[in-house]
Amino acid sequence: MAAKKRTKKKSSARKRNARRLIVLVATRKGAWLLHGDAQRKSWRMDGPHFLGHIINHVVMDPRDGRTLLAAAKTGHLGPTIFRSTDYGTTWKEAARPPAFAKGENGRAVDHTFWLTPCHADEPDTWYAGTSPQGIFRSTDAGVTWNPFTSVNDDMQFRDWMGTAQDGTPDGPKMHSIIVDPRDPAHLYFGMSGGGVHESRDRGRTWTAIVDGLDVVEGFERSNLAVHDPHCIRMCPSNPDRLYQQNHCGIYRLDRPSKQWVRIGRNMPKQVGDIGFPMVVHPHDDDTAWVFPMDGTTVWPRTSPGGKPAAYVTRNAGKSWQRLDDGLPKSQGWWTVKRQAMTRDGGERVGLYLGTTAGEVWMSRDEGKRWGCIARNLPEIYAVETAEIG
Amino acid sequence: MKVLIPAPLRSYTGAREVEAAGATLAGVLADLDRRYPGIRFRMIDEQERMRRHMRFFINGEQVFDTASRLRPTDSVQIVQALSGG
Repeated sequence: MAAKKRTKKKSSARKRNARRLIVLVATRKGAWLLHGDAQRKSWRMDGPHFLGHIINHVVMDPRDGRTLLAAAKTGHLGPTIFRSTDYGTTWKEAARPPAFAKGENGRAVDHTFWLTPCHADEPDTWYAGTSPQGIFRSTDAGVTWNPFTSVNDDMQFRDWMGTAQDGTPDGPKMHSIIVDPRDPAHLYFGMSGGGVHESRDRGRTWTAIVDGLDVVEGFERSNLAVHDPHCIRMCPSNPDRLYQQNHCGIYRLDRPSKQWVRIGRNMPKQVGDIGFPMVVHPHDDDTAWVFPMDGTTVWPRTSPGGKPAAYVTRNAGKSWQRLDDGLPKSQGWWTVKRQAMTRDGGERVGLYLGTTAGEVWMSRDEGKRWGCIARNLPEIYAVETAEIG
Repeated sequence: MKVLIPAPLRSYTGAREVEAAGATLAGVLADLDRRYPGIRFRMIDEQERMRRHMRFFINGEQVFDTASRLRPTDSVQIVQALSGG
């Protein structure tokens, strides 16, 4: 019986490995799709798509394995969302892209920043996070989008969101919209700035989850407007565990606790625990990766010391190991934005990161060895993976 | 009336110059959106404001209000402001 089980597992792993992978690269000047072979060794570049458009996120719907959404705008035109159901061969624009309600203090969506496919039991439902901060929901696979009034119109949330001058240099971001795989009514999202919030009733009511999170020196933790989560990830193998890269450190949260634990304190002191992306292992909730950034002095937002490296924890943040084999050893002044580092679902997890210098780096062995699979692209804003076939 | 379309919006129209009808600029933009779905939102935001880098001219004279009136013999020029890098 045991032998039979092992065979089945191997067969299942082979089947998964036989699926082809696409790396979806969103940049400041368009999108590219990198088609990989089953071994993730050779890559065919398809693009540019939307040359000249600012693409903040391209995401494949894992529920149907074919619907791609791309969040787009240009320097001059308003924001929109494009859809493809043939792996980018053709694209069709959303009939009603995310837009705030008329008269809502005059807010207009500058760009859609984040796209999240909803729960497996709710096909065609998606969430979008925008700048200025707002949440939008589509129930028709991204064709039309409706404002999420419990957040967008709530005066307390509006106060936490601040103005266009608050938050990141290119506008405050609504991000990390997470749907619990066990329950579509259980949601989280992050606001840069504005904190981390949770709903257990499909977004009708929300509770802030910020205990244990540090804020910039001189400000009060009780003021949610100064909380700045950069990226929050839920562990697929244990949805009660979340990791977060914050403006002020790296954290872990084990529910039902509401107390974040600053696991970044265990990072090497000379590197620190500032950064943007956060990646979690698909099968092991003790394993997570970060990509530290120089957050000293004026926040150079470069790799510390010009030596890019990922860091991994294999024990839920008790210790961290540097992963830089193959990456530039010096004078590497790029960094990785919050949506620009991800992984695939392989048994031996592949990691992918897109740099501000337009390179895509990949590791087939969970970060032990890195290789560059694309270069000379525009500044990369987001990298996602999708399995097809 | 004739409407001049800037290069960034020609993916919608497929042409540099198209026909549209309306008694006001808003009417012309609504007609353009009927003919080329999605084009209006790229120029006018959800609060009915002209987007920051879009410029609208009637017979070569810049207008700042979508309520600006039009005669059938007028022409509309939509231009992308030069900016950025």
